[in-house]
Amino acid sequence: MSEKRKYMTEPRESATFDRSTMSEIRRAADTGIYDIRGAGAKRKLPHFDDLLFLGASMSRYPLEGYREKCNTSVTLGNRFAKNPIELEIPVTIAGMSFGALSAYAKEALGRGASAVGTSTTTGDGGMTPEERGQSTKLVYQYLPSRYGMNPDDLRKADAIEVVLGQGAKPGGGGMLLGQKITDRVAQMRTLPKGVDQRSACRHPDWTGPDDLEIKIKELREITDWQVPIYIKVGATRTYYDVKLAVKAGADVIVVDGMQGGTAATQDVFIEHVGIPTMAAIPQAVQALQEMGMHRKVQLIVSGGIRNGADVAKCMALGADAVAIGTAAMVALGDNDPKWEEEYQKLGSTAGSYDDWHEGRDPAGISTQDPELMKRFDPIEGGRRLANYLRVLTLEAQTLARACGKNDLRNLEPEDLVALTVESAAMARVPLAGTSWIPGQQPF
Amino acid sequence: MSTNNLAETTAIETVAGVGTVDLAKSTVRDLNQALHDQHDEMNIQEWEVLNPKGHHNIAVGIDQKLKIDIRGPAGYYCAGMNKEAEVTIHGHTGQGVAENMMSGLVRVKGNASSAAAATAHGGLLVIEGDAGSRCGISMKGVDILVKGSVGHMSCFMGQAGVLAVCGDAGEALGDSLYEAHIYVKGSVKSLGADCIEKEMRAEHIEELTELFERAGVTDQDPRDFTRYGSARQLYTFKVDNAGAY
Ligand SMILES: Cc1cc2nc3c(=O)[nH]c(=O)nc-3n(C[C@H](O)[C@H](O)[C@H](O)COP(=O)(O)O)c2cc1C
Repeated sequence: MSEKRKYMTEPRESATFDRSTMSEIRRAADTGIYDIRGAGAKRKLPHFDDLLFLGASMSRYPLEGYREKCNTSVTLGNRFAKNPIELEIPVTIAGMSFGALSAYAKEALGRGASAVGTSTTTGDGGMTPEERGQSTKLVYQYLPSRYGMNPDDLRKADAIEVVLGQGAKPGGGGMLLGQKITDRVAQMRTLPKGVDQRSACRHPDWTGPDDLEIKIKELREITDWQVPIYIKVGATRTYYDVKLAVKAGADVIVVDGMQGGTAATQDVFIEHVGIPTMAAIPQAVQALQEMGMHRKVQLIVSGGIRNGADVAKCMALGADAVAIGTAAMVALGDNDPKWEEEYQKLGSTAGSYDDWHEGRDPAGISTQDPELMKRFDPIEGGRRLANYLRVLTLEAQTLARACGKNDLRNLEPEDLVALTVESAAMARVPLAGTSWIPGQQPF
Repeated sequence: MSTNNLAETTAIETVAGVGTVDLAKSTVRDLNQALHDQHDEMNIQEWEVLNPKGHHNIAVGIDQKLKIDIRGPAGYYCAGMNKEAEVTIHGHTGQGVAENMMSGLVRVKGNASSAAAATAHGGLLVIEGDAGSRCGISMKGVDILVKGSVGHMSCFMGQAGVLAVCGDAGEALGDSLYEAHIYVKGSVKSLGADCIEKEMRAEHIEELTELFERAGVTDQDPRDFTRYGSARQLYTFKVDNAGAY
């Protein structure tokens, strides 16, 4: 070994200028345009893994794992609607647009959700017959773009979700690039085929909570007060948004944290706007409690929910149900390693593929390409999704029983502790082994 | 609730086949339910709404060929999502009149506030007075005729249909326009991004003539109008257009 080599340190990668950061600088320099991608925030954020359950022992009584019942059903929207939604499990399928996803993928979401008694949701781009046909409970999104919006579909819906924002891009509109605007998508959105379509970020005919109250009444009048009306917000100033949503007349509030997936938006938006899901829930619950509306106006939480532990933790923090997007796509088969060779050809790898907006998804899910779409079988996809939803439910029940709860909604913050100071402060539960909740009491 | 029940609670009076709902005595809910019940019953085709007094959501979600006269000013979203009905507002109207209309005819005898016919997919909206800002925002196939002037940001992101303005247009007309056709007789304060003046060809004269006919307008000459449309430069995302985004 030469003298020089002996004293050389290992090449050291900068934590600030890491590989991904440097490649983004090169990409920006090459193209002159920001990066657009799908999925949610990829950076490490305080999340549900930073929370733990305190199982029962001496001071609490556990329930028998396979014998004693643990209820999972939940009623959504009984504040004003004549026909609230009854879910058998508290895990719903979040709104993902036809356009972003293929018609078969939407059909599979309906099949899977219906098999286990939960709801699915339309998205930007309207309601497709495939989806309506296969979903026993379908939530119809009312978005700023109003693509495909019509009163007949509105009356076919089991609930209406007024979308103000998404966790991936609070304050941003939608985006569907030309590749995915096929004849059918263009027709449903009344757009020329192949244009890059930017959906509006603001509703065209109302501004602010006072207008929204009137808008919600209009939707109720049109549907004769039959179905629940949800309001969906991206998590930012959640405490105030939830208060205003209750005031505006929502039956149900959906809070989507910054980990939440999207079909497409700027990477800078996904990674730098909004607050983590875990931080949003206590804000929402506090707002509801202060108004005496907790459990009366139901809270659905989404953004980065992956397993039954996440479901149980959301519910322990006070949510009535959760919604999943990305995990549902993965359950259907998105990013499956069996397509690795093709992901490589697209410059990605299974597990990291997020160029859903380009419409070249090898798994045939986030595409409108007829050949790629054929790869995906909606019946098999539906079966897989149903299985996955069953596992989420069983896992959440397991944890609830261990905490001595015979209903998932009996889980409470008191059942949780935090592993880090950040998560203790955000979730408002004590740091494990202490009684310290930063921000609530002095150390 | 059926119309019969309503009749018993004196919400509706039927005089010579015309259903009359007096909003001084009954609620907007009663009115809309009675109108929606016509979906099955279809026994009263003509309706009159008295004392609207700026109430919101009057005659929304109608999906039958009814003829409805609203005798006075209406609030927000009057005739919202209308299908097939012919609704006349004998007064001014609030925000979002005929929003998301699918078909039919809505006529405002007075002025309309902002976002008239927002996102509407079809039918015809005639505003005999002026319209506020964002008239025809995100319109998706409706035809709008304004006899007076329109406010700023009108036809923003207009996708399809026709907006004809016999007076003037405010700032940023047709911003981020898709394929809607805009015709203005008077002045335009400024054009929005990607909206340009275009040549008035024979087919456009024809389109306007036909619109005037449908709207019952006899005192306008299509040749006095200027056409505006999309330059289609923002249709696909280009770095060179960064300043426009
Ligand atoms: C492919 C895709 C398409 C989406 N489309 C919509 C949409 O049309 N409207 C909407 O409100 N949210 C949309 N979202 C967001 C989801 O409704 C939901 O908020 C988010 O996926 C939840 O986070 P998760 O993906 O971590 O489960 C979409 C998400 C994905 C992944």
